Amino acid sequence: MTFSPRFREYFDPTALILSIFVIWELACLVFHVSPIVLPRPSQIITMLIVQMPALWPHILQTLVTTMIGFTAGIALGVLLGVIVGVSRKAYNTAYPLLVGFSSIPKVAVVPILVLWFGSGAIPAILTAMVTCVFPIVVNVATGLATTEPEMEDVLKALGASRRQVLWNVGLPRAMPYFFASLKIAVTLAFVGTVLSETVASNRGIGTVMMMASASFDITLAFAGLFALAILGVLLYGAFAVLEQRVCGWASRKNDMATV
Amino acid sequence: MTQPPRRIVQLEDVKVRFGSGQGGFLALDRTNFTVNEGDFVAMVGPSGCGKSTVLRLVAGLLRASEGQVFVGGREQGAEKLQIGMAFQNPTMMPWLTIRQNIMLPLKIVEPYASSFRAQKDGAFKERADALLAKVGLSGFGDHRPWQLSGGMLQRANLCRALIHEPKLLMLDEPFGALDQFTREELWSILQDLWMDTRPTVFLVTHDLREAGYLASRILVMGTKPGRVTEDRIVEFTRPRTIETTFEPDFTMLTQNLRASIVSARTELGATA
Ligand SMILES: Nc1ncnc2c1ncn2[C@@H]1O[C@H](COP(=O)(O)OP(=O)(O)OP(=O)(O)O)[C@@H](O)[C@H]1O
Ligand SMILES: [Mg+2]
Repeated sequence: MTFSPRFREYFDPTALILSIFVIWELACLVFHVSPIVLPRPSQIITMLIVQMPALWPHILQTLVTTMIGFTAGIALGVLLGVIVGVSRKAYNTAYPLLVGFSSIPKVAVVPILVLWFGSGAIPAILTAMVTCVFPIVVNVATGLATTEPEMEDVLKALGASRRQVLWNVGLPRAMPYFFASLKIAVTLAFVGTVLSETVASNRGIGTVMMMASASFDITLAFAGLFALAILGVLLYGAFAVLEQRVCGWASRKNDMATV
Repeated sequence: MTQPPRRIVQLEDVKVRFGSGQGGFLALDRTNFTVNEGDFVAMVGPSGCGKSTVLRLVAGLLRASEGQVFVGGREQGAEKLQIGMAFQNPTMMPWLTIRQNIMLPLKIVEPYASSFRAQKDGAFKERADALLAKVGLSGFGDHRPWQLSGGMLQRANLCRALIHEPKLLMLDEPFGALDQFTREELWSILQDLWMDTRPTVFLVTHDLREAGYLASRILVMGTKPGRVTEDRIVEFTRPRTIETTFEPDFTMLTQNLRASIVSARTELGATA
């Protein structure tokens, strides 16, 4: 628990972002870039703060939609991952289908979902779900399929059933894979939500961006982008912390034992 | 002691082949032996002769290519006999503490499993800690496996094999990574345990003194392909002590065993 490495862990990325902002700001000033083409970071951040009361319901909407879609994605992903991961045969059979499915650009799915469910939150939730489900399935399945046979033997020698082996070895062993996929999946779910909102919705950050671009308010569009980026980092960070908490054993955190 | 001893393990003309066709490898060839209930059998033999393979057969982790394996009287796989096994590599689950690793069999094996689920781990915890103390690991229950040395892991591995008081205890070189003194301490502990509760013990070891100290019967395995070449009774009075191992008879025994293994190592591929 020394101060210095922890400090650096946050300091370096923050410094990088700030220096990019400074260069951006200076470049716009020096080359007289019009704010109608590319607004300066200071303008964008001011816009974000000034418009916050108006933006907030949209941000909340996007967050809620993302979390619902993400939760559904976890449920579906774990279920499929376990089915695919427990047997070699299922793994080989289902894998091409999964890869094919994941290769479909999700933009192409949104119109279909809108046709089925109309515009609004439901297609956004479903888009978030299908966008984030693939890494969860693959990671859970890989975690299960790569379980060391020696670990399974310890239980099998005791006469354990397949279910007991899955429960006591397979699933705990797949946990780090699962949590590693969550922080990727949550940002993907976010992308899915916004994607659907830009196409068919009247609430959410995606909608705000569409409206901003329709009215040539480029600064507001950038403010929307910033809001998205900040939320993305926060969500990623939340799940990275959760991963460390739950699966500290995988990175051999020595202080785990004394907690 | 008048009724005939019950056979708890029996191998009849067992062959084990890894792989098939030309690339196949015959690990065991026409292996025959029986283990009676309450026996303490040690198995010695050169490295790679198939000792671990025999244990995996008996534990039901491997099927014989030919021949029959009976455990607890019936054919393998169908048995309900409680087995405790310490594998050659002490595989501990890294997501569990040492104590939780040791209590793992209690979650699987009846009658413990039902009460384990009902009352959580409370009462079993003391049992695990008592075992840990016995092998000199008290205070390490809350540690994670990677925080222990190789020898410490091996001792924890032994605890995991013992915790559910199995009828048949199979130990694959359980003391291999230990220093001489810890090893001798554990010999005495294992002998006490055997004399107290009389489980059937099947011990694989490379240490001939260990085999002589602990076993009532010693099986010598030959190599290429593996099979049992010698089966001898060890009759020193119990409880045996370290002094027993300095007696002339004991030295004679280890020297004879040594000679058998040396000839098994040099004798080459007499395959039928
Ligand atoms: N899964 C496997 N596939 C192919 N060959 C195997 C396999 N398991 C064991 N063998 C071979 O079978 C032979 C016996 O292996 P085994 O592990 O039983 O030896 P061992 O007597 O326990 O040796 P040691 O004393 O070194 O532990 C070895 O030659 C090994 O190469
Ligand atoms: Mg071996």
